[in-house]
Amino acid sequence: MSVQIAELQGKSGMPPVRFGEEVTGAETLLRCLILEQVEYIFGYPGGAVLPIYDSLYGSYFKHILTRHEQGAIHAADGYARATGKPGVVIATSGPGATNLVTGIATAQMDSVPLVCITGNVPQHLIGTDAFQEANITGITIPITKHSYFVRDVRDLPRIVKEAFYIATTGRPGPVLIDIPKDVSNARAPFTYPETVEIRGYRASLVPSDEDVHAFVAAIREAKRPVILAGGGIISAGADRELLAFAEKTRIPVINTFMGLGGFPGVHELALGMPGMHGSYTANQALLNADCVIGLGARFDDRITMGRTKEFAPKARIVHVDIDPAELGKNVATAVMVAGDVKSTLQKALPFVTACDSEAWIAQLKQWQEQHPYRYKHDDQVLKPQAVIELLYRSTNGEAIVTTDVGQHQMWVAQYYKFKHARSLISSGGLGTMGFGFPAAIGAQIAHPDRTVIAVVGDGGFQMTNQELAILAQYNTPVKVAIINNQCLGMVRQWQELFYDNRYSQIDLTCSPDFVKLAEAYGVKGLRASTPQEAEAVWAEALRHDGPVVVDFRVAQEENVYPMVAAGSTLDQMVLGDE
Amino acid sequence: MQRHTIAVLVNDYPGVLTRVANLFGQRGFNIDSITVGASEEPGLSRMIITTGGDEQKIDQLMKQLSKLIDVISVTNLSENPFVSRELALIKVSATPSQLAELNGIVEPFRAAIVDVGPTSLIVQVTGDTEKIDALLVLLQSYGVLELTRTGTLAMARSVVPSPVTV
Repeated sequence: MSVQIAELQGKSGMPPVRFGEEVTGAETLLRCLILEQVEYIFGYPGGAVLPIYDSLYGSYFKHILTRHEQGAIHAADGYARATGKPGVVIATSGPGATNLVTGIATAQMDSVPLVCITGNVPQHLIGTDAFQEANITGITIPITKHSYFVRDVRDLPRIVKEAFYIATTGRPGPVLIDIPKDVSNARAPFTYPETVEIRGYRASLVPSDEDVHAFVAAIREAKRPVILAGGGIISAGADRELLAFAEKTRIPVINTFMGLGGFPGVHELALGMPGMHGSYTANQALLNADCVIGLGARFDDRITMGRTKEFAPKARIVHVDIDPAELGKNVATAVMVAGDVKSTLQKALPFVTACDSEAWIAQLKQWQEQHPYRYKHDDQVLKPQAVIELLYRSTNGEAIVTTDVGQHQMWVAQYYKFKHARSLISSGGLGTMGFGFPAAIGAQIAHPDRTVIAVVGDGGFQMTNQELAILAQYNTPVKVAIINNQCLGMVRQWQELFYDNRYSQIDLTCSPDFVKLAEAYGVKGLRASTPQEAEAVWAEALRHDGPVVVDFRVAQEENVYPMVAAGSTLDQMVLGDE
Repeated sequence: MQRHTIAVLVNDYPGVLTRVANLFGQRGFNIDSITVGASEEPGLSRMIITTGGDEQKIDQLMKQLSKLIDVISVTNLSENPFVSRELALIKVSATPSQLAELNGIVEPFRAAIVDVGPTSLIVQVTGDTEKIDALLVLLQSYGVLELTRTGTLAMARSVVPSPVTV
């Protein structure tokens, strides 16, 4: 029987893929990646993936060699969040694979599509505690959407096809493919399935007409309605539908932290972020609303404060989510719609009319004027909030901003008014320090012409700052804004407020000189210690045609307000400094 | 807390039991018993899991189970009449001279003595959980040396009585 060799021209400049000829598992993997339109691979080589890296040699892929596997997976995550396309990461067995764990959990918590490829020891050594052996599929069961261990090279094309399909459809998430080295070396004729059939998996979820009508009916009579728009708006690409829906129904919009950018932050119906460090108005809206419409939001404990029975006490809750398990999980819900939020809004739009909400909107506007985000301005001391305001002003809300986790993250959420979806890239669910900087690299690679700012703390930056090497190596013009208060600010804040000023292990004064550190990596370094310097230095950073690290030396004793303490309810809001 | 018997049809792949068991641990559900075996369809296994929890908790458990890619379907058998059976082997401290007496105890339970040794014998019993518990209480007065139970096998009854309208 003759071997049929066919070629398939990939889309948009992808190289042709030859079918039918016998190739190794490693080559099979790469051909599958081409057929999945993968352009960038973030990774780190090692023994168990040597066959894959040998196939990569001279191939069409753009491979980003990070300095740590955690950097690779956060960069792939940033790429995925900035584009909506799946991020692809490769790591070797054992420590390479376990270094991905934090990044996999980060992506899982925020529903980010990733395909993580790990090598493993050859199958005859599996289970023998071989050199660099780790049971990575076992380790990652709780933090992946799904995972595969490839036993036979002939299964590999189907598995890759399924992995991309599962990662990117439904509620997106990370999928891991563990490939033992003998499978990478084994040979088989190359094929690729045209379709995917996974019996236990429902990829798309268009809501039933009945559910859509229940949804429309539930909001029709509302006098004090509010939309709680989450990250689902962004992953569904439903920002336009949300805008049209809110404007037609005259329902104000709260964006959860993950939802920021899903609705224009400066829109007259925008109320900002709710919850622990949310705006006064957003929290008052939840407390007083008669109807809360959750759209791709999951009512997590930073919004309900864990007191789910007292959440939105006057409201009927209506909830649309692509993941049926989120419906009724955290709060008692009157109307549940299991469906993709984009198709739900599209189906509902023709049937909705303007709510009788003008008095409510006027009340909310009044609260917004009375209680904006605020801090004590200072002409001499550089305030961290002022730095975020500067970043916002100078980029007109158009930049992609990534963050780490802590005070600076909350100040970005408060003071940077995001205009577009996929502009804020931050670890909302897992709260991963060290995420922001490598994620910015991934976002910048995806959008080479946009301004990408990594807003990081002096703590988080030091968890992954080895990736500075990437900026120079690939000339990736990320602007790193270190909000440097010489301590772990959010921990300090809690120790001040709840632990009687007992500041335990938060001192970071022995950090490196970040300007010199940047320069050591061949990256421009700048420093600002006063408001005046900040303006000048930041202008210089934006003008500079390449990567820059700016060390903003800010006031140490600044707290994030408003604040609702964990375990209390949204009406127990501390407004903080006048 | 209500007890529920849940049937989960899964792919017969390596690691599927780990995924299901992990989900229970991850989400804070208890497994009272679990049985796994072949189903009517080649390539698929059926798990019968007994667990406890209120309605909201069971609803959440079933939804989370459904999200596992290797789970094909999830059914809460407790919502309708169903048949359930368990098998137990009980090693009782007894000598052959006590055989007749013990037969008198196990026969009403339609159980059987399946092995007799000089100082112990093995009772085999099938039935629902309560029946086995009851026999166990009776045998404890002789001394139970060893006990092994299968966990529950369960199946919805073929004819489900229609709800009575008043």
